[in-house]
Amino acid sequence: MKGRASLVTLALLAASMPARAADAPAGATMCSGCHPRTGSAATSIPVINGRDAAEIVTIMEQFRGGKRPATVMDRITKGFAPDEVQAIATWLAEQK
Amino acid sequence: MSPRTRRQLLQGSAGLLATPLVARTAAAQSAGRVVIIGGGFAGAGCARALRQIAPKIEVKLIEPSATYTACPFSNEVVAGLRDIDAQQFDYKTFRSAGIDVVRDNATAVDAAARRVTLAGGDTLSYDRLVVAPGIDLRWDALPGYDERAAVRMPHAWKAGEQTLLLRRQLEAMADGGTVVMSVPANPYRCPPGPYERASLIAYYLKTQKPRSKLLILDAKDAFSKQRLFTAAWAALYPKLLEWVPLSSGGKVNSVDAMKYTLTTDFDTYKADVANVIPPQRAGRIAEIAGVADRTGWCPVDAVTFESKLQPGIHVIGDAAIAGGMPKSAFAANAQGKICADAIVHLLEGREPTEPRLINTCYSIVAPGYGISIAAVYRPANGQLTEIEGAGGISPLNASLSMRRLEAEYADAWFKTITTDTFG
Repeated sequence: MKGRASLVTLALLAASMPARAADAPAGATMCSGCHPRTGSAATSIPVINGRDAAEIVTIMEQFRGGKRPATVMDRITKGFAPDEVQAIATWLAEQK
Repeated sequence: MSPRTRRQLLQGSAGLLATPLVARTAAAQSAGRVVIIGGGFAGAGCARALRQIAPKIEVKLIEPSATYTACPFSNEVVAGLRDIDAQQFDYKTFRSAGIDVVRDNATAVDAAARRVTLAGGDTLSYDRLVVAPGIDLRWDALPGYDERAAVRMPHAWKAGEQTLLLRRQLEAMADGGTVVMSVPANPYRCPPGPYERASLIAYYLKTQKPRSKLLILDAKDAFSKQRLFTAAWAALYPKLLEWVPLSSGGKVNSVDAMKYTLTTDFDTYKADVANVIPPQRAGRIAEIAGVADRTGWCPVDAVTFESKLQPGIHVIGDAAIAGGMPKSAFAANAQGKICADAIVHLLEGREPTEPRLINTCYSIVAPGYGISIAAVYRPANGQLTEIEGAGGISPLNASLSMRRLEAEYADAWFKTITTDTFG
């Protein structure tokens, strides 16, 4: 009976799961190539998922303008227009 | 159109009453079936990305090995700076991520019937197939260099036993010996890889066997991060390391593994240790599936990575011709994510969105001395094209503290990308 109950629970869970995650804006999924998704995998490269969107935008603009010390982010930021950066930052802020 | 939809249409009026119920039941179980061949940075990354985007998609990953040995950082293993264990990953977390790992080899693909045959005899049906086999070494491309020759002159271009073999040969070489590397023309896996390897072998020789020499025989006149490498070599390994470009007769035309010799247009070089990186092509299954062209690599759509030769089959990672993108682990993982997103769109009958892809490649020139190249890509005129004004290499005049920081970030990148790909 227990097995059957958990099967029912599983079926209900599956039914309530969203069919898919919201679409990521162009480029957003590339960040996790270097930035760990969670603190449990923390490295010297910071976690940016869940960070405040406005803060991410400000930092990216500082990288673009050469106003923030950088190794590689100054080179990458220049590949994205301000509205693209805004969309990525908003999406990252929603990721956990 | 997916086979399921086609089937529903073909059922016609007789099936009208029964069809909605059947369709609903099927949809609750699966939002489509994706089969992925190859569990490397591209294939394994794509499998995880698919489940993250659309948890109802049924994902089967075909991979014969229980352990994956990663190539990035394997040059440190060659130089005795790192254990091979640090390169090895398994697929134990994949089941809990909802991915069915099938430990077998794919031996045939029927693109019309959308079916893959396994060496064990089973067949797997798919709505979308992802081919991510990485590279095969071409044993027919360099006279004298075949699988038997590779036991004496290791390539070490697929990480694992070959990596350890090259390391043992370097360790066994007497001080004052000559190491010769042969580097192929483009395209090949990891464009800056041979030069990182040369740097780290030079570091090993400088610190352990300082009377030795390293000669790089190259089939090219230019290479990735060239100015950074040559500046570092002049500073760190003067007299020890010599690079012979194509225009100075660097292209190796044949080797003799029994005599340990490599022959160019002008000279025959005798080696104590020879590392021959031969020309390459997409893994064999790409040719079997009909997605490789006459170059041996696979032309793909710049938005979806769907093969230009076979509909319903996507090719990602080193096997693909991805415009300006290099054959790197970062690029493979990135393509896995973008391909997953495109597949979800296609299975739902939606138009895939235009992607942006990034590549970042670190090279270690000596312990604590890292350099990088980065680029951002978008589809333009049907090719993934570098966005102008972005990307590029580390500054030539960077401080040693920045080189140290980049070496640290290289380590961090490896930890992140392997966690992202293998869990």
